[in-house]
Amino acid sequence: MTHHPRRLFLKNTLATAVLLGAGSVGLFRAPWAFAAEWPKGAFESKELKAAIKALFGTDEMSESPAVKIKAPTQAENSSQVQVQVTADLPNVEEIAVFVEKNPSPLVAHASFAGASGFFSARMKMGATSDVYAVVKAGGKLHMAKQNIKVTAGGCGG
Amino acid sequence: MAERKIKMRTRKRAEVVEVQLLIIHPMETGQRTDKKTGKKIPPHYIKRVTLEHNGKAVVTMDTGAAVSEDPLFGLQLKDAKQGDKLKVIWSDNKGESGSMEGIVDLS
Repeated sequence: MTHHPRRLFLKNTLATAVLLGAGSVGLFRAPWAFAAEWPKGAFESKELKAAIKALFGTDEMSESPAVKIKAPTQAENSSQVQVQVTADLPNVEEIAVFVEKNPSPLVAHASFAGASGFFSARMKMGATSDVYAVVKAGGKLHMAKQNIKVTAGGCGG
Repeated sequence: MAERKIKMRTRKRAEVVEVQLLIIHPMETGQRTDKKTGKKIPPHYIKRVTLEHNGKAVVTMDTGAAVSEDPLFGLQLKDAKQGDKLKVIWSDNKGESGSMEGIVDLS
Protein backbone atom coordinates (compact mmCIF):
# COMPACT_ATOMS: atom_id res chain seq x y z
CA MET A 1 0.00 0.00 0.00
CA THR A 2 2.94 2.31 0.52
CA HIS A 3 3.05 2.76 -3.22
CA HIS A 4 -0.30 4.46 -3.32
CA PRO A 5 -0.55 6.84 -0.39
CA ARG A 6 -3.08 8.92 -2.26
CA ARG A 7 -5.36 5.99 -2.88
CA LEU A 8 -5.07 5.02 0.74
CA PHE A 9 -5.89 8.55 1.78
CA LEU A 10 -8.97 8.56 -0.43
CA LYS A 11 -10.07 5.23 0.97
CA ASN A 12 -9.61 6.40 4.54
CA THR A 13 -11.36 9.65 3.79
CA LEU A 14 -14.32 7.84 2.29
CA ALA A 15 -14.49 5.47 5.24
CA THR A 16 -14.47 8.41 7.63
CA ALA A 17 -17.07 10.18 5.56
CA VAL A 18 -19.37 7.17 5.75
CA LEU A 19 -18.90 6.95 9.52
CA LEU A 20 -19.50 10.64 10.03
CA GLY A 21 -22.31 10.69 7.51
CA ALA A 22 -24.54 8.78 9.91
CA GLY A 23 -24.53 11.62 12.38
CA SER A 24 -23.93 14.78 10.42
CA VAL A 25 -25.50 16.70 7.58
CA GLY A 26 -23.78 19.12 5.21
CA LEU A 27 -20.63 17.03 5.19
CA PHE A 28 -20.01 17.76 1.52
CA ARG A 29 -18.91 21.22 2.48
CA ALA A 30 -15.82 19.79 4.19
CA PRO A 31 -13.07 20.35 1.60
CA TRP A 32 -11.29 17.08 2.36
CA ALA A 33 -14.41 15.13 1.44
CA PHE A 34 -13.64 16.07 -2.18
CA ALA A 35 -9.95 16.87 -2.39
CA ALA A 36 -7.22 14.40 -1.60
CA GLU A 37 -3.72 15.43 -0.57
CA TRP A 38 -1.38 17.24 -2.97
CA PRO A 39 0.19 14.35 -4.93
CA LYS A 40 3.80 14.84 -3.80
CA GLY A 41 5.09 11.56 -5.23
CA ALA A 42 3.69 12.33 -8.69
CA PHE A 43 5.14 15.85 -8.75
CA GLU A 44 8.54 14.53 -7.65
CA SER A 45 8.68 11.74 -10.25
CA LYS A 46 11.45 12.35 -12.76
CA GLU A 47 10.03 10.17 -15.50
CA LEU A 48 6.71 10.38 -17.37
CA LYS A 49 5.40 6.83 -16.82
CA ALA A 50 6.37 6.89 -13.14
CA ALA A 51 4.61 10.23 -12.69
CA ILE A 52 1.43 8.94 -14.37
CA LYS A 53 1.52 5.82 -12.23
CA ALA A 54 2.12 7.80 -9.04
CA LEU A 55 -0.82 10.06 -9.83
CA PHE A 56 -3.42 7.62 -11.10
CA GLY A 57 -2.23 4.31 -9.62
CA THR A 58 -1.78 2.90 -13.14
CA ASP A 59 -0.14 3.92 -16.41
CA GLU A 60 -2.52 1.83 -18.51
CA MET A 61 -4.19 4.23 -20.92
CA SER A 62 -5.43 4.50 -24.47
CA GLU A 63 -4.94 7.29 -26.95
CA SER A 64 -8.33 8.90 -27.51
CA PRO A 65 -9.60 11.36 -30.14
CA ALA A 66 -12.02 12.65 -27.47
CA VAL A 67 -9.08 14.26 -25.70
CA LYS A 68 -7.88 17.36 -27.50
CA ILE A 69 -4.80 19.47 -26.82
CA LYS A 70 -4.68 23.02 -28.10
CA ALA A 71 -1.14 24.33 -27.89
CA PRO A 72 1.43 25.91 -30.18
CA THR A 73 3.68 23.56 -32.17
CA GLN A 74 6.52 25.97 -31.52
CA ALA A 75 6.73 27.90 -28.25
CA GLU A 76 7.64 31.56 -28.64
CA ASN A 77 8.37 31.90 -24.94
CA SER A 78 9.24 28.62 -23.24
CA SER A 79 8.43 29.97 -19.79
CA GLN A 80 4.87 30.82 -20.86
CA VAL A 81 3.50 28.03 -23.04
CA GLN A 82 -0.28 28.07 -23.27
CA VAL A 83 -1.86 24.62 -23.19
CA GLN A 84 -5.57 23.83 -23.31
CA VAL A 85 -7.11 20.41 -22.78
CA THR A 86 -10.68 19.52 -23.72
CA ALA A 87 -12.09 16.12 -22.83
CA ASP A 88 -15.24 15.34 -24.77
CA LEU A 89 -16.13 12.38 -22.57
CA PRO A 90 -18.91 11.74 -20.05
CA ASN A 91 -18.01 11.94 -16.35
CA VAL A 92 -14.58 13.52 -16.58
CA GLU A 93 -13.05 13.10 -13.14
CA GLU A 94 -9.50 14.33 -13.61
CA ILE A 95 -7.22 16.00 -16.17
CA ALA A 96 -3.44 16.04 -15.82
CA VAL A 97 -0.80 17.69 -18.00
CA PHE A 98 2.73 16.36 -18.36
CA VAL A 99 5.83 17.60 -20.21
CA GLU A 100 7.88 14.49 -20.88
CA LYS A 101 11.29 16.20 -21.03
CA ASN A 102 10.85 18.49 -18.02
CA PRO A 103 12.95 17.57 -14.94
CA SER A 104 9.65 16.68 -13.26
CA PRO A 105 7.07 15.91 -15.96
CA LEU A 106 3.84 16.58 -14.02
CA VAL A 107 2.75 20.20 -14.49
CA ALA A 108 -0.76 20.28 -13.07
CA HIS A 109 -3.64 18.03 -12.15
CA ALA A 110 -7.28 19.10 -11.93
CA SER A 111 -10.08 17.14 -10.25
CA PHE A 112 -13.64 17.88 -11.27
CA ALA A 113 -16.91 17.65 -9.34
CA GLY A 114 -19.56 19.31 -11.45
CA ALA A 115 -17.33 21.33 -13.75
CA SER A 116 -16.84 20.58 -17.43
CA GLY A 117 -13.88 18.50 -18.72
CA PHE A 118 -11.76 21.49 -19.62
CA PHE A 119 -8.47 22.81 -18.30
CA SER A 120 -6.07 25.45 -19.54
CA ALA A 121 -2.88 26.92 -18.09
CA ARG A 122 0.49 28.36 -19.04
CA MET A 123 3.54 26.26 -18.30
CA LYS A 124 7.34 26.21 -18.42
CA MET A 125 9.17 23.88 -20.76
CA GLY A 126 12.88 23.10 -20.43
CA ALA A 127 13.29 21.69 -23.93
CA THR A 128 11.41 20.50 -27.00
CA SER A 129 9.12 17.74 -25.76
CA ASP A 130 5.94 15.78 -26.15
CA VAL A 131 3.19 17.18 -23.97
CA TYR A 132 0.70 14.65 -22.62
CA ALA A 133 -2.87 15.24 -21.52
CA VAL A 134 -4.15 12.35 -19.43
CA VAL A 135 -7.86 12.30 -18.64
CA LYS A 136 -9.61 10.04 -16.17
CA ALA A 137 -13.23 9.49 -17.15
CA GLY A 138 -15.51 6.62 -16.17
CA GLY A 139 -12.63 5.09 -14.21
CA LYS A 140 -10.38 4.78 -17.30
CA LEU A 141 -7.42 6.78 -18.54
CA HIS A 142 -7.58 8.47 -21.94
CA MET A 143 -4.61 10.23 -23.47
CA ALA A 144 -3.52 12.66 -26.15
CA LYS A 145 -0.09 14.05 -26.89
CA GLN A 146 1.47 16.81 -28.93
CA ASN A 147 5.02 17.86 -29.61
CA ILE A 148 5.97 21.42 -28.74
CA LYS A 149 9.24 22.82 -30.04
CA VAL A 150 11.33 25.01 -27.77
CA THR A 151 14.27 26.98 -29.08
CA ALA A 152 15.53 28.50 -25.79
CA GLY A 153 15.16 26.90 -22.37
CA GLY A 154 12.54 28.19 -19.96
CA CYS A 155 14.02 26.95 -16.72
CA GLY A 156 17.26 28.96 -16.71
CA GLY A 157 17.95 32.22 -14.92
CA MET B 1 4.85 39.40 2.33
CA ALA B 2 3.97 40.58 -1.11
CA GLU B 3 0.34 40.91 -1.90
CA ARG B 4 -0.92 38.34 -4.33
CA LYS B 5 -3.66 39.72 -6.48
CA ILE B 6 -6.30 37.53 -8.01
CA LYS B 7 -8.33 38.36 -11.07
CA MET B 8 -11.39 36.49 -12.22
CA ARG B 9 -13.23 36.74 -15.51
CA THR B 10 -16.26 34.87 -16.80
CA ARG B 11 -17.72 34.56 -20.26
CA LYS B 12 -20.30 32.48 -22.06
CA ARG B 13 -18.97 29.75 -24.34
CA ALA B 14 -21.74 27.79 -26.11
CA GLU B 15 -23.28 25.60 -23.38
CA VAL B 16 -20.83 26.45 -20.64
CA VAL B 17 -19.41 29.38 -18.74
CA GLU B 18 -15.66 29.75 -18.98
CA VAL B 19 -13.84 31.06 -15.91
CA GLN B 20 -10.37 32.54 -16.16
CA LEU B 21 -8.30 32.90 -13.02
CA LEU B 22 -5.12 34.92 -12.80
CA ILE B 23 -3.06 34.77 -9.61
CA ILE B 24 -0.03 37.01 -9.21
CA HIS B 25 2.66 34.69 -7.87
CA PRO B 26 6.41 34.15 -8.64
CA MET B 27 6.14 30.35 -9.13
CA GLU B 28 9.87 29.87 -8.40
CA THR B 29 11.12 26.42 -9.37
CA GLY B 30 14.06 26.29 -6.95
CA GLN B 31 16.39 25.75 -9.91
CA ARG B 32 17.22 29.37 -10.64
CA THR B 33 20.30 31.10 -9.24
CA ASP B 34 20.36 34.65 -7.92
CA LYS B 35 22.98 36.32 -10.13
CA LYS B 36 24.09 38.76 -7.39
CA THR B 37 24.64 36.29 -4.57
CA GLY B 38 25.27 33.15 -6.58
CA LYS B 39 22.82 31.32 -4.34
CA LYS B 40 19.88 29.25 -5.43
CA ILE B 41 16.52 30.94 -5.19
CA PRO B 42 14.36 28.70 -2.99
CA PRO B 43 11.28 27.14 -4.54
CA HIS B 44 8.07 29.10 -4.05
CA TYR B 45 5.03 27.92 -5.95
CA ILE B 46 1.28 27.45 -5.64
CA LYS B 47 0.32 23.87 -4.83
CA ARG B 48 -3.43 24.04 -4.82
CA VAL B 49 -6.19 26.16 -6.32
CA THR B 50 -9.86 25.45 -5.63
CA LEU B 51 -12.81 26.95 -7.46
CA GLU B 52 -16.16 27.02 -5.69
CA HIS B 53 -19.43 27.53 -7.54
CA ASN B 54 -22.32 28.53 -5.27
CA GLY B 55 -20.42 27.18 -2.25
CA LYS B 56 -19.49 23.84 -3.78
CA ALA B 57 -15.92 22.98 -4.76
CA VAL B 58 -16.26 22.09 -8.45
CA VAL B 59 -12.57 22.01 -9.43
CA THR B 60 -9.47 21.36 -7.35
CA MET B 61 -6.14 21.91 -9.08
CA ASP B 62 -2.84 20.51 -7.85
CA THR B 63 -0.03 22.55 -9.33
CA GLY B 64 3.75 22.25 -9.44
CA ALA B 65 6.62 24.63 -10.08
CA ALA B 66 6.32 24.07 -13.85
CA VAL B 67 3.21 26.23 -13.96
CA SER B 68 4.25 29.65 -15.28
CA GLU B 69 4.76 32.77 -13.20
CA ASP B 70 1.47 34.58 -12.54
CA PRO B 71 -0.60 31.50 -13.37
CA LEU B 72 -3.59 31.90 -15.64
CA PHE B 73 -6.06 29.02 -15.43
CA GLY B 74 -9.07 28.38 -17.61
CA LEU B 75 -11.99 26.24 -16.43
CA GLN B 76 -15.56 25.66 -17.58
CA LEU B 77 -18.68 25.49 -15.44
CA LYS B 78 -21.80 23.54 -16.22
CA ASP B 79 -25.18 24.93 -15.22
CA ALA B 80 -23.83 28.36 -14.39
CA LYS B 81 -25.95 31.48 -14.74
CA GLN B 82 -25.64 35.21 -14.31
CA GLY B 83 -25.04 36.21 -10.69
CA ASP B 84 -23.91 32.77 -9.43
CA LYS B 85 -21.36 32.99 -6.64
CA LEU B 86 -17.76 32.04 -7.32
CA LYS B 87 -14.82 31.73 -4.95
CA VAL B 88 -11.20 30.95 -5.68
CA ILE B 89 -8.86 29.77 -2.93
CA TRP B 90 -5.13 29.12 -3.34
CA SER B 91 -2.24 28.00 -1.13
CA ASP B 92 1.48 27.58 -1.78
CA ASN B 93 4.48 25.60 -0.53
CA LYS B 94 5.47 28.32 1.95
CA GLY B 95 2.10 28.32 3.67
CA GLU B 96 0.88 31.51 2.01
CA SER B 97 -2.71 31.52 0.86
CA GLY B 98 -5.36 33.79 -0.53
CA SER B 99 -8.92 33.84 -1.74
CA MET B 100 -11.31 35.96 -3.69
CA GLU B 101 -15.05 35.98 -4.20
CA GLY B 102 -16.81 36.98 -7.37
CA ILE B 103 -19.86 36.30 -9.46
CA VAL B 104 -20.66 34.93 -12.87
CA ASP B 105 -20.92 38.10 -14.94
CA LEU B 106 -21.96 37.55 -18.53
CA SER B 107 -23.02 41.10 -19.25
